[in-house]
Amino acid sequence: MAVIVPESLESALAALTAYPDAAVLAGGTDLMVEVNDGRRPLTRVVAVGRVPELTGIRVDGATVVIGAATTFAQLERDPVAELVPALAYAARTVGSPQIRNAATIGGNVATASPAGDALPVLVALGASVEIAGGNRRRLVPIADYFTGPKRSVLDAGELVVAVQVPVLRGAQDYLKVGVRNAMVIAVASLAIAVDLEARRVGIGLGSVGPTPLAAPEACSWVASRARWRSDGVEVADEDVVEFGERVAGAARPIDDHRGTARYRRHAVSVMARRALRRCTR
Amino acid sequence: MSVEVGTRTAGGIGQRAIRPDGVAKVRGEFAFAGDLWAEGMLWGQALRSPHPSARIRGIDVGPALLITGVHAVLTADDVPVNRYGLEHRDQAVLAGDVVRYAGEPVAIVAADHPDTARRACAAIVVDYEVLAPLVDPGLSQSVERPIHPDGNVFRDLVIRRGNPDSRGPVVVEGDYEIGMQDQAFMGPEAGLASPAADGGVDLVVSTQWLHNDRDQVADCLGLAPELVRLTLGGVGGAFGAREDVSLHIHACLLAVRTGRPVKIVYSRTESFLGHVHRHPARIWMRHTARPNGEIVSVESRILLDGGAYRSSSYHVTANAACFAAGPYRVPNALVHAIAVRTNNPPCGAMRGFGVVQSCFAHEAQMDLLASACGLDPVEVRLRNALAPGDELLTGQRIEGALPVAEVIRACAALPLPAPAVDDVLARPGGAGRTAGARDVRRGVGFAVGFKNLMYAEGYMDGSVARCRIDGGVVTIACAAAEVGQGFVTLVQQIARTVLDVDDVIVAPADTDMGSAGSTSASRQTMMSGGAVEKVCRAARAELERRAGGDEVDIAALTAREPVDVTEEYHHRLTHPLDADGQGDAHVSFACAAHRAVVDVDPELGLVRVVHLATSQDVGRVLNPLQVTGQIEGGIAQGVGLAVMEELIVEGGQVRNASFTDYLIPTALDAPTVDAVLIEEPEPGAPFGAKGVGEPPTISSTPAIVAAIRDATDAACTRVPVRPRDLVP
Ligand SMILES: Cc1cc2nc3c(=O)[nH]c(=O)nc-3n(C[C@H](O)[C@H](O)[C@H](O)COP(=O)(O)OP(=O)(O)OC[C@H]3O[C@@H](n4cnc5c(N)ncnc54)[C@H](O)[C@@H]3O)c2cc1C
Repeated sequence: MAVIVPESLESALAALTAYPDAAVLAGGTDLMVEVNDGRRPLTRVVAVGRVPELTGIRVDGATVVIGAATTFAQLERDPVAELVPALAYAARTVGSPQIRNAATIGGNVATASPAGDALPVLVALGASVEIAGGNRRRLVPIADYFTGPKRSVLDAGELVVAVQVPVLRGAQDYLKVGVRNAMVIAVASLAIAVDLEARRVGIGLGSVGPTPLAAPEACSWVASRARWRSDGVEVADEDVVEFGERVAGAARPIDDHRGTARYRRHAVSVMARRALRRCTR
Repeated sequence: MSVEVGTRTAGGIGQRAIRPDGVAKVRGEFAFAGDLWAEGMLWGQALRSPHPSARIRGIDVGPALLITGVHAVLTADDVPVNRYGLEHRDQAVLAGDVVRYAGEPVAIVAADHPDTARRACAAIVVDYEVLAPLVDPGLSQSVERPIHPDGNVFRDLVIRRGNPDSRGPVVVEGDYEIGMQDQAFMGPEAGLASPAADGGVDLVVSTQWLHNDRDQVADCLGLAPELVRLTLGGVGGAFGAREDVSLHIHACLLAVRTGRPVKIVYSRTESFLGHVHRHPARIWMRHTARPNGEIVSVESRILLDGGAYRSSSYHVTANAACFAAGPYRVPNALVHAIAVRTNNPPCGAMRGFGVVQSCFAHEAQMDLLASACGLDPVEVRLRNALAPGDELLTGQRIEGALPVAEVIRACAALPLPAPAVDDVLARPGGAGRTAGARDVRRGVGFAVGFKNLMYAEGYMDGSVARCRIDGGVVTIACAAAEVGQGFVTLVQQIARTVLDVDDVIVAPADTDMGSAGSTSASRQTMMSGGAVEKVCRAARAELERRAGGDEVDIAALTAREPVDVTEEYHHRLTHPLDADGQGDAHVSFACAAHRAVVDVDPELGLVRVVHLATSQDVGRVLNPLQVTGQIEGGIAQGVGLAVMEELIVEGGQVRNASFTDYLIPTALDAPTVDAVLIEEPEPGAPFGAKGVGEPPTISSTPAIVAAIRDATDAACTRVPVRPRDLVP
């Protein structure tokens, strides 16, 4: 088995073009599970950890550009913790310290699991995914990125270069239900982001549908009911409860060995209520 | 926890002696069976049935044999005697015409690389006629044709005591269910078999009982037992799952066929499919009592799903029945326990062995009784607590130590933990940030359990140990399997104390010597500890004879002629149960009490086990460090069964055969543990010590579930308690 360790985006893309059978390797925390399970034969690996374009966190005006090779351990800390707290909270729920030291946001996005913990946050914030392949570059809004369970618009030979995350003024949070306190795949999760400038509320849901989901109807409804001020937002108690119901209505959960559809929908409504209360007054 | 007992010998009995293999294990330098390697070895792999029930019309191994690097492909026709089993040989080494559970081996391959072996397995063509599986244990007895020639009932046991018709005025009754727990040890099954020049085979393997394995391997290969030699490989945990043979016979068959060493290591998924689990159970119980809480009668029906093959179902049934009412005085009882065959995964031994299931039910009942009588849960248990001189359900009089009231009082007297701190990470849901301070309710629950120690029902049990002293160097040999519990430490402690030496070498465990029996039933401290004590005393006597009244100088006395003695230890005889389930069937007992404190987020159904207080009847503490280890580890397994551990089986298929979805507690899920050890020496046991491995697992689960009920008012009649069981 050959391992290619390109030192630039250009050579990484060239390697992927030259060897269409090559697997992209970042932290390996998804890839190696598949390999060890015998689900993915490896002939060639392109390790992207040293590609400069994929590393580092850059603040660009009202956007944070997070390189695909950024680990969850890095996302837990500043500047992300300060600028995008929901992403830092989500990062803290991933696996264990060992996993967070290896696993990357690019791998999370590329795997596109409905349970990927970074993904509901990206949905709630309206982030975009920077993709490069051959000599094509594209910026895909997260709403257009997922096409099915573990499926996305990312083509073979393409790389996730970075995610662009808007820096918002307003409270955010990430809530994840699992049956143990670490190393757990979400049974249901929810990200919330309040945008005081645009007077919008964003929601992202994980593990309650074939892809991470938004709840646009519930969000515009609550934004219209809320009392917006420049330094915060208020939502009446009965509206918080109704918001929970409406967000749960956006979920499309199934029964599986991790939980029932009924429980998942219930958990979403509870999390939506609690999250909204924490982010409003 | 601090306990000071024992002798003054450094590293002797009662001291916090350090395990001889501890440093190597912490550093990752210890060789587990999975690390075995031999020059020119091949890799073995089993092909397992994807169907829980099917007839095999034919197997075509041709395509596998065509793959370069494949050295042998064996099927049922290649097994000289195709029957094995731990207690009763009802299982095929390789399925011939029928498969009875998903995961049953049908063919084995030896190849030059594990990938080659896996590809070869995939190339084997098995023509299955798929049948409807029998997966409901409730239907097992009523199907037209049993799914095995030996029938569908592993054991049907009734215990009648006193007058089962007498009733007290207070009646409490409930239905309980226990899910399928797995032992989930860290080191998967592994072994290396090497063909020997004498036509025999040498097998290094991770196991709990070398000699029983040896006999099964020899029988299946059609070899004399002395031609099959087993040595213990490094064992990464067992908890009962290594009592049954796994890869042993497969590896030996392949080694003999190819003339090469053959190594087999299970993947995690194969491990989940390839060993027995804890019996899932459905239990109905009715207690009647006087208004003051004194129990008048207990009735129970216990249904255990034994899965496809018998394994230890016969004796698990006895334990579930004999201890069905818990450590309480019960004058009248009628207990009916049945273990049946289904096309579910086979179930067998797991820490607590049948008693875990009963204890969950009887402790829920005791809480119902407490509230029906307006009593505190601790008080109702004290009023009924068994004591030496009392009789069990089986009529057996308790003769050794059994300080039930003492463990209850000591546990209840431990201080409660501090109130919850204002930190989201400490709440249920933890880093998932689901709960605010006001979303959480605290609950407290109490439970008591007891269990037999050693094998039962007339089994002639023994253990052999050998002591050799050569030029002052002491070597102890005993075939007891060290599976992580720390028996090797005890060997050194006992030898140091009896022989008054500092250094003791523990020889590898193998079948060149007599059997030490199984590392199970909390028995090795007493049985093999007893054998080691006995052989050391014999060696000491020989040294004193040689010294002829002078001071014993071990080095000088063994300089020319080594001392070499072998001794066997037996416990007192027990007897089978009669037709009414009566008889002196058990050797000895141990009890424990647990008080759990949990924080629950009732709206999301999430639980955090905050604190476990426990008091345990240990006879005598031989090593406080190791006793603490057993208590904390056993509680962790109890936490697992209470709130997360379950192999989910649907239509005979295991849905979560991996650590991705079979969740066991992590360090962040393990509660703080405070323990008090009650030392009442057990007559006849070495230094008065009892086995301590199982009690922590037995009553910790019901204590936690009682605490969840206290916090939520949910009924929680099933474990593990799932979030959806708690939400409105
Ligand atoms: C024990 C354990 C616990 C886990 N817990 C969690 C958890 O709590 N929450 C969670 O969300 N996930 C969890 N995961 C899954 C995994 O850690 C995450 O999905 C992680 O983000 C994957 O990142 P990685 O860098 O390891 O990806 P890799 O495994 O290296 O790659 C994953 C996939 O993405 C592709 N890929 C990687 N980088 C790129 C790129 N830049 N461009 C294009 N394709 C790319 C790879 O080819 C591969 O197909 C866990 C995994 C393990 C093993």
